[in-house]
Order: sequence, then structure tokens, then C-alpha cells
Amino acid sequence: MQIFHPSTNTISRLSIYCGVVFVGLLSYVFYEVGQSPYYTEQNIPQVQPVPFSHRHHVSQLGIDCRYCHTSVETSSFAGLPSTQTCMTCHSQIWTNAPILAPVRESYETGQSIAWTRVNALPQFVYFDHSIHIDKGIGCTTCHGDVGDMAITWRATTLQMAWCLDCHRHPEEYVRPRNQVFNVNYKPPKDQIRLGRKFVREYKINSLTSCETCHR
Amino acid sequence: MALQGTQKTVEAEPAIPLLPDGYSYATVSDKISSIVLGQRRRFGWFAGFAVSFLLVMLLFYAIGYLMLKGVGIWGINIPVAWGFAITSFVWWIGIGHAGTLISAILLLLHQRWRTSINRFAEAMTIFAVACAALFPLLHMGRPWLFYWLFPYYPNYMGVWPQFRSPLVWDVFAVSTYFAVSLIFWYVGLIPDLATLRDRARSRFKQIVYGMMSLGWRGSAIHWSRYEMASLLLAGLATPLVVSVHTIVSFDFTIAIVPGWRTTIFPPYFVAGAIYSGFAMVLTLAIPLRKFYHLEEFITLKHLDNCAKVMLGTGLIVAYGYMMETFMAMYSGDIFEKYMIHNRELGPYWFIYVIVLLCNVVLPQSLWSRRVRRSVPALFALSLIINLGMWTERFMIVVVSLHRDFQPSSWGLFIPTRWDWAVLVGTLGLFAALFYLFVRYLPAISIFETRRELAEEKKEA
Repeated sequence: MQIFHPSTNTISRLSIYCGVVFVGLLSYVFYEVGQSPYYTEQNIPQVQPVPFSHRHHVSQLGIDCRYCHTSVETSSFAGLPSTQTCMTCHSQIWTNAPILAPVRESYETGQSIAWTRVNALPQFVYFDHSIHIDKGIGCTTCHGDVGDMAITWRATTLQMAWCLDCHRHPEEYVRPRNQVFNVNYKPPKDQIRLGRKFVREYKINSLTSCETCHR
Repeated sequence: MALQGTQKTVEAEPAIPLLPDGYSYATVSDKISSIVLGQRRRFGWFAGFAVSFLLVMLLFYAIGYLMLKGVGIWGINIPVAWGFAITSFVWWIGIGHAGTLISAILLLLHQRWRTSINRFAEAMTIFAVACAALFPLLHMGRPWLFYWLFPYYPNYMGVWPQFRSPLVWDVFAVSTYFAVSLIFWYVGLIPDLATLRDRARSRFKQIVYGMMSLGWRGSAIHWSRYEMASLLLAGLATPLVVSVHTIVSFDFTIAIVPGWRTTIFPPYFVAGAIYSGFAMVLTLAIPLRKFYHLEEFITLKHLDNCAKVMLGTGLIVAYGYMMETFMAMYSGDIFEKYMIHNRELGPYWFIYVIVLLCNVVLPQSLWSRRVRRSVPALFALSLIINLGMWTERFMIVVVSLHRDFQPSSWGLFIPTRWDWAVLVGTLGLFAALFYLFVRYLPAISIFETRRELAEEKKEA
């Protein structure tokens, strides 16, 4: 007695190939989702209580990074400016601008502005800004073209492979120390040659052991 | 009948036949397939399955709570970071080894007595490995990141797994073992699934067994390919009998903890694995043959042979214990000597007593043929050895760890209710899978039994 129609032979053979294709497709989808901005928040502008524009303050007004992120050279944390820092200028200009209302309110009440964190590393990762600054890694190497961000976004995936890419080949990214805070710095054509020189000069160790970051 | 012939002369006793008299091809198929296709509701099956299903639910509950809280709910801490999870992992994976030995090595050695027991022994292997694989996953702390153990690509971390870590070796050993065992078992099932398909009355069963039998028609070319495939798979599975537990023993031996580093570990672990595996085969075979009236297929001869394997491997295990003690004395190493002293007289002294009693002293009764052919005695012994081998792994894992080099870092391991819940839960999972297997698949290979019958007739 026949249970199956003869066409099921074709279907069963086809299902073997489809299974392989399906597994391949599934891993590709996982790969894409894992790298997508949806998952990594890369290139997604974050909504902030005050629509602070780095483009305006950095590129148009020419304020140095360290004016607000004061502890970047000495501490693990670059630091967020206090409301007083904002008010050094904004007590004089744009004093009644409606979009700055949360800043004035913070100044009056003493409550910090609740900024949305843009670049965050997991708790189990030890990261120190000061050493990277000291070894000639520019702000824009990791934070992207901040001088052109009307609203700030995460410029990279911050995934471990991205960290290790530079830790394994620092010569591809290192720049002269005096150019670290230059937001318009473009790597020269002979970056690798110069980079090797800086790696020697600044005594950059290519630290890739687990406990460098996972302490 | 070369095997039986030689044994006749050696033992000078009427041999018990491997197969029942008065059976034809059709009646063999009837008898075995009726367990699966029969309509009769069996209260015993339902009761047993219900109990084991409840234990599976307990396992899920324990795992859920573990995911929520982390491994801190177990009794583990420094210095005993490996508690019940690793103990049970080694125990379960060891149990699987008997199935592979029966299905692969005994096939290649033409041991025909394996026919009646190889199917359910292979099923036991797969279920035991499934239970075993749970433990390292749960023990990792973040089980949902288990794929980090594979060298997968693409990889957002930009790193390979640590190939010097035995945890990674375990992953390869266990996943290979599981895959080969599963394929071997399934390939062996195909002709029987076709038999079930042909005998099934309901349309649903015909379709399900029909799909599972992958279009088997029993033509000569099918059989010739089947023979080749099963030989190749047996060849693939054979090294796994020794390699998997060797690698499991490396989990310990790459450390410098006293009690973990004797060079005898790999063969001692493999022998222990086969020892406990055959004990589990008996634990399953004896109720199986009783409740489904399969005494004619799983005869006293089969039980006797299993008992002999247990006796042999048990002696190797006993030799392992002896050597551990001897080497501690012979090396003169203060920590090694203390390890043995602590094993015998420390806070876990009763563990060592159970180990010696269950694995060395009581199994010596298997020298007697009367014990080897007494079903209740064998069943009791199989349970005792299962307990003993679990306790042995506990001794190796916990008792070695809890007192290491510095007295200031000594501590005790006390299992919590969650430790017990996971252990008992995997016992339930194993039992539940086995209940399903017995109910829905032929527990004894139909076509191989038929072939045995043909061989026997030819010789007679």
C-alpha cells in the first residue's frame, strides 16, 4: 500500500538542500542583526533632554573637548560637564531660549540634567580614557566625527572585535600627541610608517591579554 | 555460534540460548513491534512516565531559578567551585559509554549477544549524553552564551576560544560523541521504522513512521548500503569509547590539585565509564524485560555477559583506587599523602567508604555464577554500582578540592536543595526520555533479531 505520493521523493530530497540553506541563512541573519544599529546603537542619534549640538559648539564655536570633558586626560572617565559649565556662557547668551529651560531649571534646583548615555561599555570592561589620550589616540578615532554631529550618536559598534582591532594594530590609528584633540584631523597617507614611529616613541604596548580589560 | 561453542567447553554447563525457540521471522516482528503498535493502555507506563515528567518539571523549575539567580544558588564556592554539576556531568557521560561499546566495539568484534541489548543501550547513551551536556552549560553561569565555546565565525569579539582549556575540549568531545551516537542510533532504527510503518494500522502512525523511515523499502541495495554505513559509523564510534572519557579526565589532570593529577586517570576514567554504563544497562534491561515480557530476548545469558564486563572494568577501577593510594605513598609528596589521608579520615570519610563498598567490595560477588544469573541480585548490584560511581566522581571532584595546599583556604561543600533538584531532575529527564523511547520506538532491534534467527537456523 502506498502511503506517500511519488512527489514526496522530490520534496524529501529538496528538504535536505533547504535545510542546509536554512541553517546558512539563519546564521547570516544572526550575524547581520548582531552588527546592526538596532543591536549596537551605532549611528543612532540619542534623544536628550536638551538637544545639545556638538557640531555647533565644537566646529562652529571652536570649543575644545576638554572645556567640558575635563577629566579626560587624568581619569578613566572623560567626565560630563556640570550645569555650571553650561551656564558660564548661557548665563550671558540665549538666556531665555525655551530649549535651554532644563539647563536653567537644573541650575536653580541643583538637580543634574539626566543626559542619555551614548557610549557605554559593560560593567565587566575596564576602560581608561587617560591612557588612550596619553598614547596618541584621538577623540575622533573612537567617537567619530563629533564635530559634525547635531545630535550625538555612537560612532562605532563598541564590540570587542573593534577594541581588539586597534589593540592588535595600534600603528593604524595612532596620531601625534598634539593632534589628539583635533576634531578635523585626517590620517596622513603614510599613516603606517608614521604610526610605527609613534608606537615606538610613545612606547605603545599592544595589550591583548584578557585581564587588560576584564580585570 | 563460535562464541557459544567456546563457552560451552569452558563452562561445561548447558548454555542459555541467546534467542527463544519456536519463533519465526513474523513472530519476532510481532512480539517486538506490538510493544509500540499495541493498543493496550499500560497503567504502569503512564504512572512511571507521570512521575518522571514531574521530575522534568522540577528540573525546568530549578534551571529557571538558576538562570534568574546564577550559580550561587548551588553550594559551590571557593575552594569547591565544582560541585554536583561536574560530578553529575562525569557520571552521566560515563554511563553513555556502555551503549557505544555495545553498539560499536561489540559489532566490530562480531559479538552476537549484543543484538538484543544494543538498541536500548544506544538510546541510553543518547539520553545520558543529553543529561550530561546540561551540566557544564548550567555551570557556566551565563548558559545563553554557550556558543562562545565554539570557534564560530563571524565573531564580534575578535577572539578564538581558549584551545588550551579543557572546557573547550569537552565541547568538542561531547558534541562529537552526541552527534555520532545519534546518527548511529538513527541509522540502525531505519529498517525497524519501516517495519513499524508497514505494520501500523492508523493513518497517522503510517505517515509518522513513514517519514522517519526515509523511504526504506528493504531492497538489496538498501541493505548493502546500510551494512556499509553501519560499519563506517561503528568505526567512527569506536575511538569515541576511549576518547571522550579520556578528555573528561583531562579536565582534572591539567590542574595540579592533589587527587586530580595521577597519570592513571584516562584509563581509570574510561574503565569507570564502562563500569557504570553497564550497571545502567542492567538497571534498564531488568525492568524492561520484566514488564514487557521480553525474557526470551534479553536472556540470563545477556545479563551474565553484562555482569562479566562489570566485573572486569570494576577490577580496573579498583586498581585505579589502589594506584592512587600507592602513588601518594610512593611519591612521598606531602600534599598527595595528605589528600589520601583526608579522603580516608577527613570530613568526607563516608564518601570513601561508600565508594569502596559499592565499587570494589560488593561487586566481587559477581565472581559467582549464581549471582550473575540471579536477576534480583544483579538489579541490586547495578543500582549499587550506579550509586558508587556517582559517589566516586563526587570524591574526585569535591573531596580533592575542598582541602588543597593551604589550610587557610580549606572549606566544605554542602549541597543545597537546588543541587539536588537539578540532579534528581536529570534523572527524571533520562527516565522520561526512556519511557517515550520504549513506547514509540522498538526497544529491541527487530531486523537484527530476525537475522540472528536466520543464522541460528542455518547452523542448526
